[in-house]
Amino acid sequence: MSTVATTQIKLTPERSRTSVRSRLQDALPKIVLAPSFAITIVFVYGFILWTIYLSFTNSKTFPSYVITGSRAYQRLWGWTFDTDPPSSWYTSITNMGIFGFLYILICLALGLFLAILLDQKIRGEGVLRPIYLYPMALSFIVTGVAWKWFLDPGLGLEQTLHQWGWTSFHFDWIKNKDFVIYTVVIAGVWQASGFIMAMFLAGLRGIDGEIMKAAQIDGATTFQLYRRIVIPLLRPIFLSAFIVLAHLAIKSYDLVVALTSGGPGGSAWLPSNFMYEYTFKRNEMAVGSASAVIMLMTIVAIIVPYLYSELREKPR
Amino acid sequence: MLRKLLIGTALATSFAFSAHAADVKEVQMLHWWTSGGEAAALNVLKGDLAKEGYAWKDVPVAGGGGDAAMTALKAMVAAGNYPTASQMLGYTVLDYAAAGVMGDLTETAKKEGWDKSVPAALQKFSVYDGKWVAAPVNVHSVNWLWINKAVMDKIGGTEPKTFDDFVALLDKAKAAGVIPLALGGQNWQEATMFDSVVLSTGGPEFYKKAFNDLDDASLKSDTMKKSFDNLAKLVTYVDPNFSGRDWNLATAMVIKGDALVQVMGDWAKGEFHAAKKTPGTDFLCYRFPGTDGSVIYNSDMFGMFNVPDDRKAAQVALATATLSKSFQSAFNVVKGSVPARTDVPDTDFDACGKKGIADLKAANEGGTLFGSLAQGYGAPPAVANAYKDVVSKFVHGQIKTSDEAVTELVKAIDDAK
Repeated sequence: MSTVATTQIKLTPERSRTSVRSRLQDALPKIVLAPSFAITIVFVYGFILWTIYLSFTNSKTFPSYVITGSRAYQRLWGWTFDTDPPSSWYTSITNMGIFGFLYILICLALGLFLAILLDQKIRGEGVLRPIYLYPMALSFIVTGVAWKWFLDPGLGLEQTLHQWGWTSFHFDWIKNKDFVIYTVVIAGVWQASGFIMAMFLAGLRGIDGEIMKAAQIDGATTFQLYRRIVIPLLRPIFLSAFIVLAHLAIKSYDLVVALTSGGPGGSAWLPSNFMYEYTFKRNEMAVGSASAVIMLMTIVAIIVPYLYSELREKPR
Repeated sequence: MLRKLLIGTALATSFAFSAHAADVKEVQMLHWWTSGGEAAALNVLKGDLAKEGYAWKDVPVAGGGGDAAMTALKAMVAAGNYPTASQMLGYTVLDYAAAGVMGDLTETAKKEGWDKSVPAALQKFSVYDGKWVAAPVNVHSVNWLWINKAVMDKIGGTEPKTFDDFVALLDKAKAAGVIPLALGGQNWQEATMFDSVVLSTGGPEFYKKAFNDLDDASLKSDTMKKSFDNLAKLVTYVDPNFSGRDWNLATAMVIKGDALVQVMGDWAKGEFHAAKKTPGTDFLCYRFPGTDGSVIYNSDMFGMFNVPDDRKAAQVALATATLSKSFQSAFNVVKGSVPARTDVPDTDFDACGKKGIADLKAANEGGTLFGSLAQGYGAPPAVANAYKDVVSKFVHGQIKTSDEAVTELVKAIDDAK
């Protein structure tokens, strides 16, 4: 900025040209950002508002713009307590709880464990790291189909072990209404834990070696070293990994479809499956929109405290 | 300045319209018939139109059942960009007609005599407010048994005439070590089978009252409870690995002789044909026991949209070609269904097709042609899906007893109405 100002003073004849130029330079970031800003405003925030609006109408097959009140929410609220037999919404939100909790927990634990192992300055790390990371490069559809075949008792693991002679082996979770959601966890963890490992590995590499040496000199065991020093130092990585995993968990849809096609009697549904089914297949757009709004609120409840803590720490 | 420009443009466009440029000789067709047999069947229509000089602009959106295609259609219509025609099912046609975006083919219908030749039950979906808005392509029927003949001979079975006969036959297969019943544990397949079970258990009158009129008393009745009990009985004959299986894999089990029988709509016949099997010698087609004389149908329709005038001629040509006797015969021979008009000669059809055509005609005349609830021809999608949920939860054990199933069915249908 200051260089521009000095040139302006020195070269009076070219003053107007430079001032246009400098103004352009000032505006350039705004001009470049404007399209994506406009697109985000319309296609993200605009449509969020539109969805909220629709959830208060009686939209069926097509959007209708007459506000009719909160019947959609009342129906969802009623379904929340329909536990026996479970309503589709009850199934969806309990599955969300089970899937979200296990997926995040196992990914974090496994990711950290793998990262610590890889961090032991072993040979061949360059080969091992991409092997763990590779699943993240696959789409959920591919992961889902591959695991569907692998877990199918008539095709995959069970069948193979039977052929090898272990005929008492039995693993039919993917066909079982009570366990099918855990197969979604297995496939999801397989896909994401390598990525979480990479995050933790980066964090471990960022820890100052002097601290470790000091601790070792003080006589800390390896276990104590990790428990008392390394893991506490990784706190920001835990937070980032949690945010990444939480939003992956809440938006997962394709994994359930590809892996289970909804599960026996719809027992593998997540809220996103519920939303799609009701909006597009059952022509109950208002109920679908209401469930989408509830999903958004869930995400907001996670993201806002995170953003708050991030933004508050900045000025420090 | 800007104003002048606008007026100029407006004038220019209005000129362009009033000049009425030559008709666009092209039909734009949205559909989900992308698999081998279906695509081949559609090619017949493409060829017919090409002969009349109309180009075919294909808009295929893959995905059996057409969910993806219907989402695409919704987007196209919302953007005001109507296709000439779209493959559609039952209540979807009526929904779009109520939204006022469908064309009017009444003139063509009169000229071609559709009123007389298309079964009245089908016209409920192709005629809206007295206007023809869709051209039915075929009639599928749901209440069929598909049996592997070699297995049937081996166990010494004969055609089951009642539900008890059927159970006895399944027992025989079980004793011989074959999977008695091939079923794909997806909600629409389970519900499709249940359609037949209800018709068999309660008879035609009951089916109509419960699944077409959604009569509360019938839905709550003991007959419905009995139907659920019968369904539970059938489910005991499937293999443990049935959950989530695709319908064509279940058909393949019958074709290979791993299983004795599948309860499925006549699209299953396409799979037998693809495997080069002939009816009578390799496989048998019977009506679901106790449903002879009635037909539970669903039908593919080409919904005709309200396109600009210069595209109307092409649309009329498409509709006329769709319901022409030659196309109806040629297409349905390939597809496995039966013609949507009752005056098409059955000479080119195989034994099962001939029976299907005769049954449809009889059911149409006798008033026993009913829309399939599972396939979206019995009630609007919200109700049909609520129904599929209940049946599927019953089959997979979330709903434990037939008492509970009946209560849930009534509740779900009331909620969705």
